[in-house]
Amino acid sequence: MMKFLKRFYLGLILVFLYVPIGVLIVQSFNAGKSRVKWEGFSLRWYEELFHDARIMNALYVTVSIALLAMIAATILGTLAAIGIYSMKKRPQALMMTLTNLPNTMPDIVTGISLMLLFLFTKVERGYITMLLAHIAFDTPYVILSVLPKLKQMNKHTYEAALDLGATPAYAITHVIIPECKQGIITGAMLAFTLSIDDFTISYFTTSPLIQNLSTLIYSAARKGIEPSLNALSALMFIALLILLLIVNHRTAESK
Amino acid sequence: MIEQEHLIDLKNISKDFDGTTVLKNINLYVRKKEFVTLLGPSGCGKTTTLRIIGGFEYPSEGTVYFEGKDITNLPPYKRRVNTVFQKYALFPHLNVRDNIAFGLKIAKVPRDEINKRVDRMLDLVNLSGYGKRKVDQLSGGQQQRIAIARALVNEPEVLLLDEPLGALDLKLRKEMQLELKSMQQRLGITFIYVTHDQEEALTMSDTVVVMRDGHILQIGDPKRIYDEPANAFVADFIGESNIMRGIMVRDELVHFSGYDFPCVDSGFGEGVPVDVVVRPEDIMLVGEDIGQISGVVKSVLFKGVHYEMMIDVGETTLKVHSTVMQPQGSRVGINIVPYNIHIMKPMVKEASANV
Repeated sequence: MMKFLKRFYLGLILVFLYVPIGVLIVQSFNAGKSRVKWEGFSLRWYEELFHDARIMNALYVTVSIALLAMIAATILGTLAAIGIYSMKKRPQALMMTLTNLPNTMPDIVTGISLMLLFLFTKVERGYITMLLAHIAFDTPYVILSVLPKLKQMNKHTYEAALDLGATPAYAITHVIIPECKQGIITGAMLAFTLSIDDFTISYFTTSPLIQNLSTLIYSAARKGIEPSLNALSALMFIALLILLLIVNHRTAESK
Repeated sequence: MIEQEHLIDLKNISKDFDGTTVLKNINLYVRKKEFVTLLGPSGCGKTTTLRIIGGFEYPSEGTVYFEGKDITNLPPYKRRVNTVFQKYALFPHLNVRDNIAFGLKIAKVPRDEINKRVDRMLDLVNLSGYGKRKVDQLSGGQQQRIAIARALVNEPEVLLLDEPLGALDLKLRKEMQLELKSMQQRLGITFIYVTHDQEEALTMSDTVVVMRDGHILQIGDPKRIYDEPANAFVADFIGESNIMRGIMVRDELVHFSGYDFPCVDSGFGEGVPVDVVVRPEDIMLVGEDIGQISGVVKSVLFKGVHYEMMIDVGETTLKVHSTVMQPQGSRVGINIVPYNIHIMKPMVKEASANV
């Protein structure tokens, strides 16, 4: 009985979590426009999706920003992590607090403060500002995935490289970075996922002319949701699911 | 002329870390092909001294010379020394072969020669055929050998070793001691070795440098350090010993444990307080009536090769090592030949503490 209750409870949670997404995916294959009536299986909305220039453009913005932000944040975050690692104890603790703080801040606060910053500095909002914002919120996550890898290293690893004739630059590129490669890749994937996922910060840091998928869906939803957006959401869900599975798998493996 | 054969010279080296002094005015030279050991308890500054020679720390004061040239501010990658680090610090992302080849690749040695030299090194450390292994698949002893090979393949003038055997078990440690020593002699490379293990230091070194609290207490060959320790600390740290307070009656006669013992030291003055060292194996147990002094056996411990007996002689208790056991509670006579009594000036610190 107890066992049944446990399973039932777990099942209930999964139902709550995944039924809405399931409905969305099923609906994306619905031939008709209705959201309550099943009118037969069709890939119509997927076809329409790929012919909708607005959506395709938003997809391009989303993916390109995610990629660029990932690259920039990975470089910045990795170098920052190496810097923090080589600090003495007290400044290191201070830097870690400063790094963790933005992660704990609600997205809306980050979004609004970035918007205010861009307004104040009279930078016109658009693609570049959205990219900068994404780099800003991605970087701490890269630091947080690289730093533990550095701390796992033998503390003399860097010195050993210097001892064998490596200049500091060579030691970092040929020893330190390969040693924490796992952390860097995990951090990069995390950054990519978070960037694709983001709505709030993007919303405040872009102009209505440059839309990524999330802001586009948000503005479209106000006029009533096109079924092609169901298809889009279904695709996004699948893509993020795959990415998250990879990230989780990597994290589990490295422990 | 003598200066020229010095490979490394440390002149007036001091080092502070955030206001704490860890080295005070260290002066030390190392000759070519010498095996020098820096020996002392933890916190004595031996590792810091080694790191200054390696270039990982810069002294707060003083100068480091290499073949007469000032290298005090030269970064590690420009020094002709290589280091075997504590816990080895191998590169886990490279296999054994690439670990050893790391320095040669940087030096842009041709690939053929790299292969040849790496093979020779693997051979030297008895790990031929391990080249493709990952380093974390190796045992501690094997990793240790790889670390040595990785340093030696660069043919350094000096090899620095920071407690390289500390993580190995006793038997392996003994084997590696002999291996290291024979390697050093075969290759003719200068070794500077850091350890807190006095036996290791005595076994391997040409010269032992005993350190404490950032000072050098004594420099000498192992036999001299053992037989003629400069003060009570060295005597106590190196091997087992009986250290007693005594008074120099006159030259070649010293009073301790209630008796005037003939000895061979002179020049301390008359009626001067001194520290007296007698090694436990140098005390002879004889019949009760024919000893210089006598005492009661308080305890007996079997130590394998010998028995360790504590003998109460009234003023003090002497530790005695002998292959012949005297039963607990028995009275024995004690003889010490003059040559085995070593007289030292009392340590300044302790002398003033006693006043």
